[in-house]
Amino acid sequence: MTSTATPTVSVRLTAVLQKLTGGQKTIEASGRTVAEVFDDIEARYPGFKAQVYGPDGKPHRFVNIYLNDEDIRYTGGIDTALKPGDVLDILPALAGGQ
Amino acid sequence: MSVNVYIPTPFRHLVGNRANVRATGVTVRDIIDDLDRQYPGFRAQLVDSSGRRARHINIYVNQVEIENLADEATELHEGDEVAVIPALAGGAPTVLTPEMVERYSRHIIMPQVGSAGQRKIIESRVLIIGAGGLGSPVALYLALAGVGTIGIVDFDVVDRSNLQRQILHQTDDIGKPKVQSARETLLAHNPNIEVVTHETPITSDNAMEIISQYDIVVNGADNFATRYLVNDACYLLKKPLVDGSILMFDGQATTYLPGKGCYRCLYPAPPPPGMVPSCAEAGVLGAMCATIGSIQATEVLKLILEIGEPLVNRLLLYDALTLEFRIVKIRRDPNCPLCGDNPTIHELIDYEAFCGAPIPHAAAPFGG
Repeated sequence: MTSTATPTVSVRLTAVLQKLTGGQKTIEASGRTVAEVFDDIEARYPGFKAQVYGPDGKPHRFVNIYLNDEDIRYTGGIDTALKPGDVLDILPALAGGQ
Repeated sequence: MSVNVYIPTPFRHLVGNRANVRATGVTVRDIIDDLDRQYPGFRAQLVDSSGRRARHINIYVNQVEIENLADEATELHEGDEVAVIPALAGGAPTVLTPEMVERYSRHIIMPQVGSAGQRKIIESRVLIIGAGGLGSPVALYLALAGVGTIGIVDFDVVDRSNLQRQILHQTDDIGKPKVQSARETLLAHNPNIEVVTHETPITSDNAMEIISQYDIVVNGADNFATRYLVNDACYLLKKPLVDGSILMFDGQATTYLPGKGCYRCLYPAPPPPGMVPSCAEAGVLGAMCATIGSIQATEVLKLILEIGEPLVNRLLLYDALTLEFRIVKIRRDPNCPLCGDNPTIHELIDYEAFCGAPIPHAAAPFGG
């Protein structure tokens, strides 16, 4: 059964995205790839993918996704395979300075 | 021979507030004479009591100091660019006065700084973009440290809603230009320094001219268009850029050294307008400014002193709610349009079009 092998990972969100998760900073989600984890989050927190993906179905270029502190743009993008216990960070650019 | 002469901010009141004027002559001396004819009192700004050019004034022809050429006898050619730049050190070695030795004693006592390092700090020129939440603590700590020339770019005036976090400004400053309030606060803390105020929005038209006058740039801007603009100008001018940003309870900081990655490598494109809120829209915990701003000031001082490991190719993330600091890797992107292997951006572009949002300017204040 592949479902039993589907890894559960932690996903950390910045304050702006936490409004979708009822203020939760870290959520658990399942998936064999980053894309599957995002599908899982979307199922529970509708609207999540609209924040992370652009109209082309790829992550926005102002949103960086890190897998264990490495930018997934350099590890295979949203198709990057995950293993249990991995930590994903979703970090949109911030402009505030004033 | 008619040449363009760049006039620094402190002297612009003499030339009708223009940054560039034309002057005619065969040598640098002729140019100064011509400027004095056109703008009476100009030469008096450049000379000391003995009538010789003051040691804190440097004159450059095509970015070479004329002491390295033929001084005021340096001959000019059509199209040459002359710049008159007042400097704190003025080519002479900086002398630490007894007052300075006492003031900076906690720096000087450390072997990593010493009197040589303190002199480097005094001789340095740092530009701060924005006298707001981040710019305030950065400017204050750099002023206290003795950074000899601090430039501040801001077009805004102090608003009551700024006072929750912008420590350069006080209640009595409401309504005052931020650069003026900033200058007064910094000089009250340390009268040894020079504060150069650029009371203007930074734009594609003036960014190169302003940034070229400094050694290091600190970004405390409040909008994406300005962040891309400052990034591109710093890369094109080969200036280190110490970046920081804050929103709600999150902060980010990193340092870009030319050729080792840039803001475009980290964020290739800005968010569509409205997708990421500003501090004015979403709020920011005031004390966060000091956390990130102090890190930026620390980075500047490390770069000046050439000590430690700068925050290069690393993005520091600060979460105030969990009080966690983390660092993620960032890399120079070989496909970066600015600093990649085959760049397509060779000069400043239209950043308002790029970001789909205006660079805030005085007529339409933004954020704050």
